[in-house]
Amino acid sequence: MTIQIQQNDEQHQNLSIVIGKKILEVQDLHVTFQTYGGEVHAVRGVTFDLHEGETLAIVGESGCGKSVTSNAIMGLISQPPGKISNGRIFFKGKDLTKLDKKAARKIQGVDISMIFQDPMTALNPTLTIGEQLTDGLRTHRSISKAEADKKAIEMLNLVGISNPRERLKQYPHQFSGGMRQRIVIAIALICDPILLIADEPTTALDVTIQAQILELFEEIQIKTGVSIILITHDLGVVAKIADRIAVMYAGKIIEIGTKREIFYTPTHPYTKGLLNSVPRLDLAEEELEPIEGTPPDLFAPPKGCAFAARCPYVMEVCDYVQPGTTYLTTSHYTDCWLQDERAKGLFND
Amino acid sequence: MTDFREIEVKDEWFQPRAKSTGKAEVVVRPSLSYWADAWRRLKQNKLAMFGLYFLIFLGLAAILIPMFSSHSVTATDLPNQNKAPSMQHWFGTDEMGRDVFTRTWYGARISLFVGLMAALIDVTIGIIYGGISGYKGGKVDLVMMRIIEILYGLPHLLVVILLLVVMEPSLTTIIIALTITGWVGMARIVRGQVLQIKNYEFVTASKSFGAGTLRIIRKNLLPNTMGPIIVQMTLTVPSAIFAEAFLSFLGLGIQAPFASWGVMANDALPVILSGYWWRLFFPALFIAMTMFAFNVLGDGLQDALDPKLRG
Amino acid sequence: MVNYVIKRFFMMIGTVLIIATLTFFLMHAIPGSPLDSDRTTNPTIQANLEKFYKLDQPLSSQYISYLKSIVTFDFGPSIKKPNESVNSLIGRGFPISFELGMVTILVAVISGVVLGTLAALRHNGVIDYLAMTFAVIGISLPNFILATLLIRIFAGELGWFPAATWQSPMHMVLPTLALATGPMAVIARLTRASMLEVLTQDYIKMAKAKGLTPWKIIVRYALRNAMMPVVTIMGTMLAGILTGTFVIEKIFAIPGMGKYFVESINNRDYPVIMGTTVFYSAFLVFMLFLVDIVYGVLDPRIKLHQKEGDPS
Repeated sequence: MTIQIQQNDEQHQNLSIVIGKKILEVQDLHVTFQTYGGEVHAVRGVTFDLHEGETLAIVGESGCGKSVTSNAIMGLISQPPGKISNGRIFFKGKDLTKLDKKAARKIQGVDISMIFQDPMTALNPTLTIGEQLTDGLRTHRSISKAEADKKAIEMLNLVGISNPRERLKQYPHQFSGGMRQRIVIAIALICDPILLIADEPTTALDVTIQAQILELFEEIQIKTGVSIILITHDLGVVAKIADRIAVMYAGKIIEIGTKREIFYTPTHPYTKGLLNSVPRLDLAEEELEPIEGTPPDLFAPPKGCAFAARCPYVMEVCDYVQPGTTYLTTSHYTDCWLQDERAKGLFND
Repeated sequence: MTDFREIEVKDEWFQPRAKSTGKAEVVVRPSLSYWADAWRRLKQNKLAMFGLYFLIFLGLAAILIPMFSSHSVTATDLPNQNKAPSMQHWFGTDEMGRDVFTRTWYGARISLFVGLMAALIDVTIGIIYGGISGYKGGKVDLVMMRIIEILYGLPHLLVVILLLVVMEPSLTTIIIALTITGWVGMARIVRGQVLQIKNYEFVTASKSFGAGTLRIIRKNLLPNTMGPIIVQMTLTVPSAIFAEAFLSFLGLGIQAPFASWGVMANDALPVILSGYWWRLFFPALFIAMTMFAFNVLGDGLQDALDPKLRG
Repeated sequence: MVNYVIKRFFMMIGTVLIIATLTFFLMHAIPGSPLDSDRTTNPTIQANLEKFYKLDQPLSSQYISYLKSIVTFDFGPSIKKPNESVNSLIGRGFPISFELGMVTILVAVISGVVLGTLAALRHNGVIDYLAMTFAVIGISLPNFILATLLIRIFAGELGWFPAATWQSPMHMVLPTLALATGPMAVIARLTRASMLEVLTQDYIKMAKAKGLTPWKIIVRYALRNAMMPVVTIMGTMLAGILTGTFVIEKIFAIPGMGKYFVESINNRDYPVIMGTTVFYSAFLVFMLFLVDIVYGVLDPRIKLHQKEGDPS
């Protein structure tokens, strides 16, 4: 897969960041899971925010905690074995981690909705598409079945499914993978959410269908103004639709910035490694380099920087102390000791 | 957790250090073979191990106790009928004065023999039939599966009852009647496994080296289908034991004066509300304990042999 | 769906035919055919038998007239009871057995599903542990053993329920309990296992993400899908309950068809054995046919008559 960065979207990006209100603030989020092997620290202090109409991509290898972060926002961490052990998630001025289940259902499912990875398993095989589209709507709003069906048809039109009226009576197995993902998106949008979390929405799809679904996301964002958190390991997807990018590693965000900042001036060695491991059209000459090694064991997270064991620029300090956050610009932050004054000039790169 | 501000960050720490070799994590647990690993998991399951030990004990006792017992299984002793458990007769005596203790252990022989034989014959027929059907595939498979489908639709115990009405009731006829319909389930499982495995790449690789059909079945298919077969076997035994007891209870099993648990329970039925509780209690306890042991062992084996299915 | 039903229907007819044939030839294979005159002494019975089986004619025409009589639902006379036909025995016994069977199924399915669901929802909790211990014991206790224990305890020692016959709801409690415990345990275990698997599915996560109430998620999303494997074993279970009525009716002296069947086995009343066997098989196969249709209704993917959507 190749990455093409659209050069002319810089203005659009900055615009949305400047104009948009903050709708979500995640502060120092920690999530742990009790397993037979002990406690796993899946998310270890994640902080970020999200603005109206913005698309934030969270990227990282599998197991880095990106899905756990999104599940925490969505209220899908089941306890036990999971637990939000620290941190706050502010949405519309409320701390989601403190809401009781009933109050949480009014937000998670109405204002925040989610799209899952595999459209083949995300739909209930024994209910019709119509029932699955409308049951959320009818739980949260007191509307008649006819009204709900009308809204469902509207949604199917929005996501580009033809003959929506007949389609409502059909079952998931009567649709192809791409169509099912469109339906999943329609279900997520039917309550007019403010925030849409998409967890690897294109991973399970064919490449040609992937492009269609990504276009659909852009279209929907223009039409509805919904904010999107996109969880993915696919930098091609990120390059296409993200405004900002957060790079996660071993349960932490190690670098966050606008798409331009991350793609053109990456500072964290992990981000650089990630970008170098993917072919790019604009940097055709460079060789591809995989990042060596494997992420650390989150049963016993390392004392210092989690990436130290794999980092080509590792220093002694990285083993002992976790790096603090360095603010490179108003939008670009990173957690890395290389940004410390004392590390300047050590590596000529 | 570590807060970086609380630790003094020393200047001399800002030195490039040699990159670690990346082999930070060593696999601690030694890699075990499939069977050793399954055994390790089974040992952790206390209930299953209880079942296993109980069955070993039951098997040994069933062989030894009737051999060394001072009472005969069939000898009647009318003056001593329906005697409560005592030092003389540990489990009491029945309406003919026969020793319930000896008869119970003799019944264990019958039950285990019927159960194991039925399971063994089921497995043999099932492996051959299912193996051929799955391995050959195509038309052969289609015809063989159609036959199975028809047999599967027949009410199992009714057919067994019908056969036993016609045949002279004996241990052999019970086993024959049970296996005539019983192998079908095993054949289906074997076929399913073979179908799945024969398309795996290591089988294709063997074929490409010119390995013959028999060799492929013996070397590749059988070892990889053993797990589900063993589990199915452990569950066949208790259902055969149940069937034998059930048939004996209906008067279609082992005939008096010989004892099986079903016969003993049936004999005790007329006196169920009288004081002779031991006549029903001991055969009932042994049937239930044996079925329980096989069931928990079967469950444990299933978990141990197929880690994917662990709940 | 129509094709599916037709196919199942013909398989059903075929199975009954096989059983009927098997029964007929097995009975005639008994040395000195059971219908021979020296087995009976009552002249009325002998006359009835000869009239019904056309014993003077060759085996092939006997077989054909036998099949004809099955189609017309006439199973012939009894060998041991004069002026009694298999039809009249079935007519008297079947309604009672049917009642016992249906109450048993209701009890087994409802309590099994509830128990299995609770166990799955409290996975590895106290309820799970208790329910599964109960289930393993239930599976390990043969119904005839349980029946005798129940009589001993609840009719004998405690005297709460009558020990025998089938007259009032109080009479139904012990036989139903004895017959339903095994199937209930099987259903509880299966429901739990399949529920646990369903609960990890993405569509359950999605239902949660929609903000549906837990009740709605369990009933509409989880339970309906978890029921599929339970429906598939209903056939085997029905067969188990049916054969279970033989012993239960014997133990509780319930005047149902099972009691007559066991009696006919014990006094080798072959025409009754033949007739009831064929009737039982037909009934069971018909129930399996119904189960298949129910499965087709529950799982939309079975509807074979519909074309596989238009995958675009």
